[in-house]
Amino acid sequence: MSEAPAGRDSILELTELTKRFGGLLAVDSVSLQIKRGEVFALIGPNGAGKTTLFNSVTGMFRPTSGRVVFDGRVITGSKPHEVARLGIARTFQNIRLFDFMTAVDNVKVGRHVRMKAKVWDSLFKLPRERHEEERVTEEAMELLRFVGIARFANHYARNLPYGQQRRLEIARALATEPKLLLLDEPAAGFTPQEKVELMELVRKILTRGITVFLIEHDMKLVMGISERIVVLDHGEKIAEGPPEEVRKDRRVIEAYLGKSA
Amino acid sequence: MPAARSLWSRLHLRERIRDRDTAVYGVLLIVALLWPMATIFATGDTFLTSQAAHAGTWVLLAVGLNVVVGFAGLLDLGYAAFFAIGAYSYALFASFQLASSPLHHAYHLPFWLMLFVGMFVAAAFGAILGFPTLRLRGDYLAIVTLGFGEIVPQLFLNLDQWTGGINAIGSIDQPSLPAWITGPWAGANDIAIVRDFNFSFDPVAYYVLIVILIIGAVILVNNLHRSRLGRAWMAIREDEVAAAAMGINTVTTKLLAFAIGASFSGFAGAYYGASFGLVSPDSFLFVVSVTVLVMVVLGGMGNIAGVIIGAIAIYFLLNSVLSSLPANLQSLSNAIGLGWLNNSNGAWPGLSELAQRLQFLLYGLILVLMMLLRPQGIFPSRIREQELKHAVVTEEETVVEQAHAS
Repeated sequence: MSEAPAGRDSILELTELTKRFGGLLAVDSVSLQIKRGEVFALIGPNGAGKTTLFNSVTGMFRPTSGRVVFDGRVITGSKPHEVARLGIARTFQNIRLFDFMTAVDNVKVGRHVRMKAKVWDSLFKLPRERHEEERVTEEAMELLRFVGIARFANHYARNLPYGQQRRLEIARALATEPKLLLLDEPAAGFTPQEKVELMELVRKILTRGITVFLIEHDMKLVMGISERIVVLDHGEKIAEGPPEEVRKDRRVIEAYLGKSA
Repeated sequence: MPAARSLWSRLHLRERIRDRDTAVYGVLLIVALLWPMATIFATGDTFLTSQAAHAGTWVLLAVGLNVVVGFAGLLDLGYAAFFAIGAYSYALFASFQLASSPLHHAYHLPFWLMLFVGMFVAAAFGAILGFPTLRLRGDYLAIVTLGFGEIVPQLFLNLDQWTGGINAIGSIDQPSLPAWITGPWAGANDIAIVRDFNFSFDPVAYYVLIVILIIGAVILVNNLHRSRLGRAWMAIREDEVAAAAMGINTVTTKLLAFAIGASFSGFAGAYYGASFGLVSPDSFLFVVSVTVLVMVVLGGMGNIAGVIIGAIAIYFLLNSVLSSLPANLQSLSNAIGLGWLNNSNGAWPGLSELAQRLQFLLYGLILVLMMLLRPQGIFPSRIREQELKHAVVTEEETVVEQAHAS
């Protein structure tokens, strides 16, 4: 992926994506393009429809209308597991780990989609399955080291401290070998120090050739790592562009940053 | 330094828990091997051996249901239906029953083949039931499986042209083997090899068979537990949305849990048909499903060793402790000079009669007490144990984390 020059090839393309819940228009005809290898941020006030947009991309919701193209393939209305197989991984706003599984097992679940073992292989523990299990355990440990929580490998996910749970979610998502990583408020509840560490982690993820699409509230963090920003308000796209432009946009200031900013 | 120590103590804890499971398996295996010899020697007959063989059927059922309820977290209230399907598959094709059916031909297929046929038929029905229903969650799934569990025995009852309905299917073929070995462990005087051995109603032979079946089932389920599929089941149990986002096809994965769980029940059904020699629709009522569920929950959901202990304990409680309670109470009261308690007098029905009437109340009380005193089950999986320790552990982690941060 790294050989694809950034700024030419788009990995995710939304065309007039709309999601309606009854009378509520959660996402209103949003179009955007994310380029390969960039950090793209989605911001907006609470209830702007950011997470709904994520859910529509990852197949949790079927969009009411519009089109989602990922890596040159139309994935509108695909099931979540199909989307994951194609190469979109995500984390959740409210951490959704497998609480009563160890950290390393959580990451191994992420490897599921890239594993080959069939029921018979597992039932009879065939050598092939054994080797795959060993390899996957090693890969999972490597990912835990990558996000810096290897020391928690054998702890239950729910027993990890909050910040490490967020990291574990990222490791689990990376285990699916995504081309595009969706981070839903990854720094929520973080201390400034933790936010700096998170920015470092996001940069490390980029060097793996993974495009990052994130929702974030912290303007400093967003301005620091993202190349382009889209601002949603009441489900509508009200601004798009590089951070310094968006920061000056009058509609953004009114809708999101408030008059004081 | 405190970090390193905490990690060490954690490892130690893990070792201990793992050892506990190994120890339970070891004790179970030794008891299982010595049981026929010991009980025949002690009591002079094979009653306790045949009791143990019956208990084994329940162990097999509980191990299978544990896959569905304990691993995948799907509440199945109609598990007895698959047991019935396995039993009837064998009974129909290994008796004279089909001679009086519209087929007019009796089949006598070998037990060893039908054991696997029963398994596959039950698995197929598991998948058939699962396919339209597994999109449902939680309570809705429980209600549908409950309905399925009611329908299947009714079908076997009402398709009397084929199944004999209320008359049941009797004189079912017994398994046979080209050779069998007998010896003092089975109450015989010498070790001898029996040619063309028929299981007939030999309790020791059935006992050996069910022990082998259980060992096989436990090995297979253990393998599944620590595999790609086992992790996918647990992931679905923990958080279905997150599991789907990780690329797990939740529908087929749950379907597999249903089918594999059902296959063990089908297996047990075929064994039951052969060992009992009689299959009747009223052996597969709702109470069977509930009893197996109680065994799984009480033993320790998700933990195979615990589920085995739970099954044995509940079987023993139901079929030995409670059923012999009236007689035991009567003889006890006679022995200590309170024989008059046994005479009914006005509203007093007599002690043994009272015990007879209150059997199921006692059973319920024991279950409630067990759940109050040990909600995680007799031998919980490490998961359930964690649930109780959670508060303490989190505190510990915070200390570890602070140590790392500084």
